[in-house]
Amino acid sequence: MKKKDKVVVGLATCGIAAGGVEVMDEIARELKKRRLDVELDETGCIGCCFAEVLVDFEKEGMPRVTYGDVRPEDVPALVESHLVNGKILKEKVLLIEGRKTTEADFLKKQTRIVLGNCGILDPEDIEDYMGIGGYEGLRKALSGMTPEQVRKEVLDSGLRGRGGAGFPTGAKWNFCARAEGEDKYIVCNADEGDPGAFMDRSVLEGDPHAVLEGMIIAGYAIGATHGYIYCRAEYPLAVKRLKMAIRDATGKGFLGSDILGSGYSLDIIIKEGAGAFVCGEETALIASIEGVRGMPRPRPPFPANKGIWGMPTNINNVETLANVPWIIREGAGKFARLGTKGSKGTKVFCLTGKVRRGGLAEVAMGTTLREVIFGVGGGIKNDRPFKAVQIGGPSGGCLPAELLDTPVDYDSLPAAGAIMGSGGMVIVDDTTCMVDLAKYFLTFTQMESCGKCTPCRIGTKRMLEILTRICEGKGEPEDIERLEKLAVDIKDGSLCALGGTAPNPVLTTLRYFKDEYEAHIFDKRCPAGLCSELVTFHIDPEKCNGCTVCARNCPTGAITGEKKEPHGIDQEKCIKCRECLRRCRFDAVYTV
Amino acid sequence: MAGKAGKVTDEEKQRIALDRVLKKYSKQKGALIPVLQEAQEGLGYLSEETLGYIARNTGRTLAQVYGVVTFYTQFRLEPIGRHLVRICHGTACHVGGAEDIDAAVCGHLDLDQEGGTTPDMEFTVEKVVCVGACSLAPIILVDNVAHGRLDSEKARKVIREYQKRKQGARGS
Ligand SMILES: Cc1cc2nc3c(=O)[nH]c(=O)nc-3n(C[C@H](O)[C@H](O)[C@H](O)COP(=O)(O)O)c2cc1C
Ligand code: FES
Repeated sequence: MKKKDKVVVGLATCGIAAGGVEVMDEIARELKKRRLDVELDETGCIGCCFAEVLVDFEKEGMPRVTYGDVRPEDVPALVESHLVNGKILKEKVLLIEGRKTTEADFLKKQTRIVLGNCGILDPEDIEDYMGIGGYEGLRKALSGMTPEQVRKEVLDSGLRGRGGAGFPTGAKWNFCARAEGEDKYIVCNADEGDPGAFMDRSVLEGDPHAVLEGMIIAGYAIGATHGYIYCRAEYPLAVKRLKMAIRDATGKGFLGSDILGSGYSLDIIIKEGAGAFVCGEETALIASIEGVRGMPRPRPPFPANKGIWGMPTNINNVETLANVPWIIREGAGKFARLGTKGSKGTKVFCLTGKVRRGGLAEVAMGTTLREVIFGVGGGIKNDRPFKAVQIGGPSGGCLPAELLDTPVDYDSLPAAGAIMGSGGMVIVDDTTCMVDLAKYFLTFTQMESCGKCTPCRIGTKRMLEILTRICEGKGEPEDIERLEKLAVDIKDGSLCALGGTAPNPVLTTLRYFKDEYEAHIFDKRCPAGLCSELVTFHIDPEKCNGCTVCARNCPTGAITGEKKEPHGIDQEKCIKCRECLRRCRFDAVYTV
Repeated sequence: MAGKAGKVTDEEKQRIALDRVLKKYSKQKGALIPVLQEAQEGLGYLSEETLGYIARNTGRTLAQVYGVVTFYTQFRLEPIGRHLVRICHGTACHVGGAEDIDAAVCGHLDLDQEGGTTPDMEFTVEKVVCVGACSLAPIILVDNVAHGRLDSEKARKVIREYQKRKQGARGS
């Protein structure tokens, strides 16, 4: 039978945000109009978010082509060219199977284990997953391995937790397996609260069965009787796909009682979070599952001994679990060959901010920051200078250009003052103010502090106040010292890692960008031209050609000038909304 | 707590819906949060009466339930507008200019920068932290549909589109 031609639209949250549904509708309409017998499908996110909306065309006798930046109005031409005339529409090509294109480096420079199926499989079809060896890892574990052997395999692979702390997964499983309890719980932490990180969402949306399979294997390895997936409320699509995955896996006998005739039983319930960052912390997550305020408690006792309802509980991150089926299927040795001495395998990073090719980058541990940002990410947008990369979210740090050759692994990043964290990488250029960025993170941690312990609750507030006044040009010479002292106290005194790591963004910016703090405090100047109390806006008469765009968009009428003549800004009326700066196409607006 | 005549049917309907939710979770240990989530999904917000009813029927005090509701940002004690606009203030969106988007949307709807609900109950504007589509920053969600790669003008345009729709589906 002839294989049917196929068009596949990437419809993860990012694809939808870029207008993927409209594109899909338009394709359906166009296919119908032309009476083309072509299968129209959807998939998850392949990670090339910079070029959303992505559409794949598979036509008999042609290589598979991924078109990028597809808008509804591009659809008729695409369908006509590719499907009717059999010609690749060059202007829209992102990738061609087996051929070199300008953006091919984005995927070629990656090593994909966790993301291997994302954007390729239909996440809503279990057969698709099974077709590429899905649930074979589970079958292998249940039919030929004891729980100890599974734990040893994972221990030998060197897999470490991808949720932030980097604890060896096999060792963690051993603790829980050896703990006594009538019931035992396996929990998948899908709370992904770090702003700027979305790899867990992409995996859940793009390959939910891999997470589920990993979780069932983990459950078998520790002897879990019940499972929970704690998923962020902000991820409705992930929840929907997980629900389908659980239903289908149960239908196939991979989940439920007596899995694959092995005698092992496990049920999995999805718990939706209710919007609290701190609930990503293990003890807070447990409280939340039990239906109370999600506040952390002191450890020990560790969840491995006393977790949900006082029973032994093992919590793993989504990406951690998604690695597990691969390790069991392919063997620990193969996994351990990737990466560095202390950090094995790969890590998924979310490249965002001012990077040219933003999206998901999965690279072998030990790859340098430069390779990730410039090799995979293609450097900085609009050829501006690279200023810093913020790694690890609110618990992480900002690293400057001098440290671009730092390898990404569990040892090198902390040595430089950052952390691996969940893997968010926000790249900033010279238009970002580092003091403002530090203030941003403190605003976040301050807001998300649960309030149980004083150093975190009050300490972060005091730090935020200081940062705010520095940004407003009211900073005092002693403020830098005050920040440093507070940082130490908060780190030492906080109950959980939320407070314990909250000062990191301030400490690293102080370490690498102290000159910016000093410019704000002593010169009352914001070098990036961002802090509005410290800047004024001007128009360069040499560059302004009088196109009037700024004047027409100024909300207060502060900009005046004749058409084709240089314009000027009335400082009395200017409210520093930056609208003119953004709109000027001739770079004529500048800040002082 | 019988309602005033004329309103009874509405209240009864809500009560039945609430009872259904309570029954669904009655066997699950510690299922207060899903009960509250589903109650809010059906009712739009959690009134004092709703909280009291849930407390009585789950063997908790009103204070305990209120404590949970105020801990999590998802829960609302006030009714919301027909369209829920959530403006992302995650890191990528912050770096990409979320403040300006906020100003544009709130300015357009005549709300102050903190957000809130328009007097005609058409729009509620909230801030959220990262909706997980950071590559398309800055981004807003309207009724759970994401709109990315915005600038002030595009953000206003999105809102205008919803203003034009007289009848729109309510998001959760
Ligand atoms: C404030 C705070 C938030 C956290 N948020 C998350 C999260 O969203 N997702 C996650 O997997 N781990 C999160 N963690 C880390 C978890 O506590 C825990 O270390 C992790 O889920 C363990 O899984 P792993 O060993 O597979 O990494 C957070 C920790 C803290 C202190
Ligand atoms: S920061 Fe806005 S979507 Fe992540």
